[in-house]
Amino acid sequence: MLSQDQIYSKVSATLVEALNVDEDDITPEATLQGDLGAESIDFLDIVFRLEREFGIKIPRGELFPESIFQGDPDFVQNGRVTDKGLSELRARMPFADLSDFEKNPEVTAISDLFTVHMIARYIQGKLDAPNGN
Amino acid sequence: MRFLVMRWIWIDRFVEFHRGKAARAVKNLSLAEDHFADHFPGFPVMPAALMLEGLAQAGGILVGELNEFREKVVLAKIPAARFFGEALAGDQLIYDVEVLHARPEGASVLGKVSVAANGKSALIAEAEIFFAYLDQARSRQLFGEHNFVFGSELRLLLDSVRVLAEQSDAQKALAAQEV
Repeated sequence: MLSQDQIYSKVSATLVEALNVDEDDITPEATLQGDLGAESIDFLDIVFRLEREFGIKIPRGELFPESIFQGDPDFVQNGRVTDKGLSELRARMPFADLSDFEKNPEVTAISDLFTVHMIARYIQGKLDAPNGN
Repeated sequence: MRFLVMRWIWIDRFVEFHRGKAARAVKNLSLAEDHFADHFPGFPVMPAALMLEGLAQAGGILVGELNEFREKVVLAKIPAARFFGEALAGDQLIYDVEVLHARPEGASVLGKVSVAANGKSALIAEAEIFFAYLDQARSRQLFGEHNFVFGSELRLLLDSVRVLAEQSDAQKALAAQEV
């Protein structure tokens, strides 16, 4: 069974390959798009590599939800995520750390949720699950 | 006034096709091809970008066949490409493509380019290629229903692929029976 450190280290190596960044650029709080320059196609590359690296299956949209709110006014009002929207976010991404986001839930800041640490937590969750995947 | 349509087929023929796994295609280099005139005058070598295009076409067809060419498969990313040697007019390029990973959103393929000459073959390039399936709804908005990826130009190639795939499936079935 992999330790948290081992998972983090493998996730880090995966991101270095997929995003062509230096190991030094990878910190737990580094955001994929903002800090590491990930483009949308890179997300697919990351998913491929994580599946191979950890031997898991990542269903479409589970790690990187494609359109969380679908413009639903129940979830988003005036560019801000509503309480209902926050619950939906929590349900869809239990491995994400929403504490900062909740203080100022601008829809445009959602991409900041995708950090290195988030991926490591997701992998941890997948590996801990009783059926594996 | 007659409009000249530029052809954009960088493989000549598929010689092997194993559905969902691997395929081999060949491309014969001819001094008559336009790119040799400029690349370079007096020293005609196959541009690396066009070798990659051939690999991408072979790989895209391998991957597209999985959905009977209904999806629009487009080249999305080349994570790594290495070039070890040159290809000259008169050489035959052999493109070997192998599916590494396939998902509903896209697939990744390992492609190798070898040059065959005088009964020998040498690896001259290798690349990992990523294909994405253009989102159906979005591409309908932008481009309409027509599948511009697997269009009429590639028809002959795609038909040959079906024949090869069926032959390969039949051989596998036969081998399985003999076991």
